[in-house]
Amino acid sequence: MEEGTRDLGKLSQLAGHMRRTIVEITTKAGSGHPSTSLSMVELLLPLYFGGVLRHDPLNPRWPDRDRFILSKGHGAPALYTVLAMRGYFPEADLSTLRVIGSALEGHPNMLRVPGVEASTGSLGQGLSLGVGHALAGRLDGRDYRTYVTVGDGESQEGQVWEAAMAASKFGLGNLVCILDHNEYQQTGAVRGVMPIEPVNDRWSAFGWHVIEIDGHDLGAVFAAYDEARTIKGQPTLIHAHTVKGKGVRAIEQDEKQSHYHGVPLSPDEARVALEELA
Amino acid sequence: MIIGARLGLPVGKATRNAFGEALRDLGRSHPEIVVVDGDVHNSTRTGYFAKEFPDRFFNVGIAESNMVGVAAGLAANGKTAVVSSFACFIMCNGFDQLRMSVAFPQQNVKVVGSHAGISIGEDGPSQMGIEDVALALALPGFTVLCPADEHAARALTRLMIETSGPAYMRTGRLDVPIIYNEESEFTLGRANRLRDGNDLTIIASGLMVAAALEAAHLLAEEGIEARVLDMHTIRPLDAEAIEAAARETGCIVTAEEHLLAGGLGQQVAAVVADTWPVPMGFVGLDNQFATSGAPDALLVRYGLTADDIVRVAKRAFGRR
Ligand SMILES: Cc1ncc(C[n+]2csc(CCOP(=O)(O)OP(=O)(O)O)c2C)c(N)n1
Ligand SMILES: [Mg+2]
Repeated sequence: MEEGTRDLGKLSQLAGHMRRTIVEITTKAGSGHPSTSLSMVELLLPLYFGGVLRHDPLNPRWPDRDRFILSKGHGAPALYTVLAMRGYFPEADLSTLRVIGSALEGHPNMLRVPGVEASTGSLGQGLSLGVGHALAGRLDGRDYRTYVTVGDGESQEGQVWEAAMAASKFGLGNLVCILDHNEYQQTGAVRGVMPIEPVNDRWSAFGWHVIEIDGHDLGAVFAAYDEARTIKGQPTLIHAHTVKGKGVRAIEQDEKQSHYHGVPLSPDEARVALEELA
Repeated sequence: MIIGARLGLPVGKATRNAFGEALRDLGRSHPEIVVVDGDVHNSTRTGYFAKEFPDRFFNVGIAESNMVGVAAGLAANGKTAVVSSFACFIMCNGFDQLRMSVAFPQQNVKVVGSHAGISIGEDGPSQMGIEDVALALALPGFTVLCPADEHAARALTRLMIETSGPAYMRTGRLDVPIIYNEESEFTLGRANRLRDGNDLTIIASGLMVAAALEAAHLLAEEGIEARVLDMHTIRPLDAEAIEAAARETGCIVTAEEHLLAGGLGQQVAAVVADTWPVPMGFVGLDNQFATSGAPDALLVRYGLTADDIVRVAKRAFGRR
């Protein structure tokens, strides 16, 4: 376990590396969810490289580790990339994404990948798992914290709200939900498919402490994680406004984001994207 | 596509595509059809219907249990409510609602699960419907359908819509071999005999029907003549055809792209045990999740090819 850096310049460089890797490995795999992964890069980096998450890549099952659960499991390329960069497994493995025999399946499998805290891919289930981890921590007298990333579309699942209610009832100050509010889901804009507004009021009404930030502003992300740590007896929602496909102009500018949901860039598009991200 | 290749079967559309087209076409003559979606109409292909009939289409977001309940409410008002998502999500996440709001009151809800089986490939096990048939069979009164190709998908979609009562149909993601043609006839609950033979019978569903035909071809080269039945309706099951197969061919092999537990094979075995016991063999996914990978590679790894049917068939034949 090491301290991590709060040097935003250094972290921005890492963000570039993460984005390039996400594009490369999904294009190579020929399938997967790059746009989903690109919106959460700045949410992950402070956790894994900024010292927010207490963890040890050499001891992924350390009982006192902080938990990170990717409830939006189709963001696996982002999670795998940050785990590999952090040394949970060799970065070279990333190029085996979705290939038969590889542990890096299309969606995270906790039985096969060190550092993957939960098997996900059916949306809506991660926050409940987080509640369970947080309750276990309290029971066992351990002071680890639990972080769960939920998609904005994903938050339409009823189970998310069942979990939100439970987290509040149990006063889980050790639980943080990060809402990746990138405005799009599989078949279109979240506002059009099924509005989730007013986000802050809804989560507040469910008993959560809400912090609203620009999810690509690393400083704001650090500040949100820091603030969450000071909140006792209540879970925290980090309402992060993000851009789906952040950093890749072709995706960012596509009005119908659904064209790119679950669709990798073609080799030509990827070449352009990698230049933009260089 | 590894399946059917040695028979030279032409590859046609995915059954999900054919279902989507048929549903849209039926929408023109059936104003009572409504469709409920959970943010996946571009995957399930109910999007074709949505495009032509936006007023009769409801996308409730990523909320499968709600989606099933909404469909049941629509059906309670005389609508033919079609509700569709990935097979695993609608059957697993919507199961209690299917049980209580659809099966128990026998509502006219048509459940269509896409991305059935392991041949979806790279997205991996969390997205694969490998238990959907077992779950559908656990819903009393549900008709359960499994089309083998695009023609079957069109015909079964029509029969499903035009027959009152709850039903489940599974569809696949991949383009699959063509077995039938536009004139092929389908009757709910009546298996289609695709090949004659008196040495053994292969009873298959979905993608495995093409594999069964291919296996029969390979077996014939070794002097074993196999009958092939496409059991496109898993309920009501064609017990007559199964009993006849047992009596006339003396051994039966089943093949399905589904967990062996609770699938086609065990339904057939129950009929065989009850009528005319003969040696049997079972091809399917055995008590495990699959992994990510190219569809063909997965079918080989998990034992769902014509060669696997041949291997299991010979063993059963040896005990005849
Ligand atoms: C229970 C369930 N239903 C449907 C899906 C299919 N699906 C995969 S991703 C997705 C959209 C997710 O949107 P969002 O949560 O906003 O994530 P984003 O990709 O925008 O980060 C859908 C519907 C699924 N994986 N799980
Ligand atoms: Mg989203």
